[in-house]
Amino acid sequence: MSSTDPGATEVAVTAGAVDEAETWHLRLYVAGESPKSLAAFANLKRLCAEHMEHSYEIEIVDLLQNPRLARGDEILAIPTLVRRLPSPMRKIIGDLSDTDRVLVGLQLRPRQVS
Amino acid sequence: MTSVSTPPSVLLPPPPTVPGPPRPRPSGLRKSPTGISGLDEVTGGGLPLGRPTLVCGPAGCGKTLLAMEFLVRGITEFGEPGVFVAFEETVDELVENVASMGFDLQQLQDDGLLVMDHIHLAPGDLEETGSWDLSGLFVRLGAAIDEVGAKRVVLDTIETLFGAFDSVATLRSELRRLFMWLKERGVTAVVTGERGDGSLTRYGIEEYVSDCVIVLDHRVSEQTSTRRLRVLKYRGSLHGTNEYPFLIGSRGVSVLPITSIGLQHAVSDERISTGIDSLDSMLGGEGLYRGSSVLISGTAGTGKSTMAAQFCAAACGRGERAVYFAFEESAAQIVRNMASVGIDLARWVDEGLLEFRCVRPSLLGLEAHLASMMDLVSDFRPDVVVMDPVSDLMHSGVGDEVYEMLTRQVDYLKSAGVTAVFTSLNAVGDPESSEQLIGSLIDTWVMVKLEEGHGGRHRVIYILKSRGMAHSHETREFVVSESGLRVADVYRPGVRS
Repeated sequence: MSSTDPGATEVAVTAGAVDEAETWHLRLYVAGESPKSLAAFANLKRLCAEHMEHSYEIEIVDLLQNPRLARGDEILAIPTLVRRLPSPMRKIIGDLSDTDRVLVGLQLRPRQVS
Repeated sequence: MTSVSTPPSVLLPPPPTVPGPPRPRPSGLRKSPTGISGLDEVTGGGLPLGRPTLVCGPAGCGKTLLAMEFLVRGITEFGEPGVFVAFEETVDELVENVASMGFDLQQLQDDGLLVMDHIHLAPGDLEETGSWDLSGLFVRLGAAIDEVGAKRVVLDTIETLFGAFDSVATLRSELRRLFMWLKERGVTAVVTGERGDGSLTRYGIEEYVSDCVIVLDHRVSEQTSTRRLRVLKYRGSLHGTNEYPFLIGSRGVSVLPITSIGLQHAVSDERISTGIDSLDSMLGGEGLYRGSSVLISGTAGTGKSTMAAQFCAAACGRGERAVYFAFEESAAQIVRNMASVGIDLARWVDEGLLEFRCVRPSLLGLEAHLASMMDLVSDFRPDVVVMDPVSDLMHSGVGDEVYEMLTRQVDYLKSAGVTAVFTSLNAVGDPESSEQLIGSLIDTWVMVKLEEGHGGRHRVIYILKSRGMAHSHETREFVVSESGLRVADVYRPGVRS
């Protein structure tokens, strides 16, 4: 986690973003600065930089600081990435190391039929 | 230490001022009482304190209810707040489901004594990418525990998680960590699990919950269903190893261990009339003790029901309330038949003093009979209860099961101060043996039988036993006429009375 305040919201906006409605809202749930949480955040940033064509914002929620927030999005596993916008909501768990599956999970890439 | 005027003796070392380390408790495991009737007897005091217990069984066996009652009684009877994590039912459903047992979950939540959390899991909802853990669940559970200072936690049914996650290996190691964590938090947890094929639970979570395992079951035998409970395992503790019938009544779960039969009910010195003067005189001249149990047994057609009805009518005549459980006849039929021998039951039904409950014994399992009996007794608050004939109930179960049920029944009525009259039909030629089962439970045993002679059959009556009174040992003739029942003179074969 780059920030020393894990409850902070980080926003990254790709160049040329215009339409507010098209902004993707991603929320990453972590529990402190565990290796898995750090890896997930790093992977997410890289992934967005490389594959995201929309404007987006990433919000980090640290459940250790805000345990009650786990109830809202039904969070059990850590890390969990929630695509809050566009709807429908999508949930991806794990450290996001499997780029292909993350892209499929976010519906940035169609599911491959094997 | 108090100062002593005499010089200190060199022989006596000064008493230690610093206490040594506390000795380990010889009693071993500490327990968390469940407050569930009978279960604490079976487990020797409750569930292992600060450890998880697995409650498993097939669908609909009462796992959730048992777990919920453990939590509710923990709050209401032992001052231990609780957390209920529901993986299947929603909070609203649970609140509704247990309201019928008098548990007001909403109130407990409002009072800050209970946290209920429904965890919604949709299979296939989650995309798994790389390693994860269940910290979210831990955090959520930890927050709920801290919110009310919970000492008891229920996870119902945690195996649902297996439907939501692909990586079973991760899930298993996380569940193991979860149970370790629960122990570290020192909460007494109940984890429920559904029975699997050839294993206690579908995903074998009994492997992780090794301190105490309780198995619930409901089986159908002879077309009636009986719920059963068994403590399969209780590490470090003695426990009842039998299968115990249990029931779910309007006041929660009730396990029927034979050992819980309390012989501590208050006894009454008050005597009440049987409604038949001459029978009263055979019973030490004053009739029965209030709150005692009476068995009237005899072969078919000897007037057992009539005697029981007379007893009800006498009670109602004193302004008391009576419940008549009939297992063979309808209420209307009993009222008509009794009217023909001068016993007016209709009047007492109209006045609301007499209530009939007519049901075929085979309609319900033994436990359900007991539950419905208990409910009616606690609602109607009768002074007298008749079970006619109790021998019919004996056929709806086998052996010990029936004995336990009857014992429980007699015990319940006694503790409620209700005078109980049981009639029992026995086979001709074997008048006394068939009731050995119940005979030891009851206080007064009246036998009625038919004797042949004088060109006809005569009813004779005698008191086989009657605890706590100098009862008659005579055999008398017993007459049922249009004007009621009468016990005549001492019966002498060959002499007309």
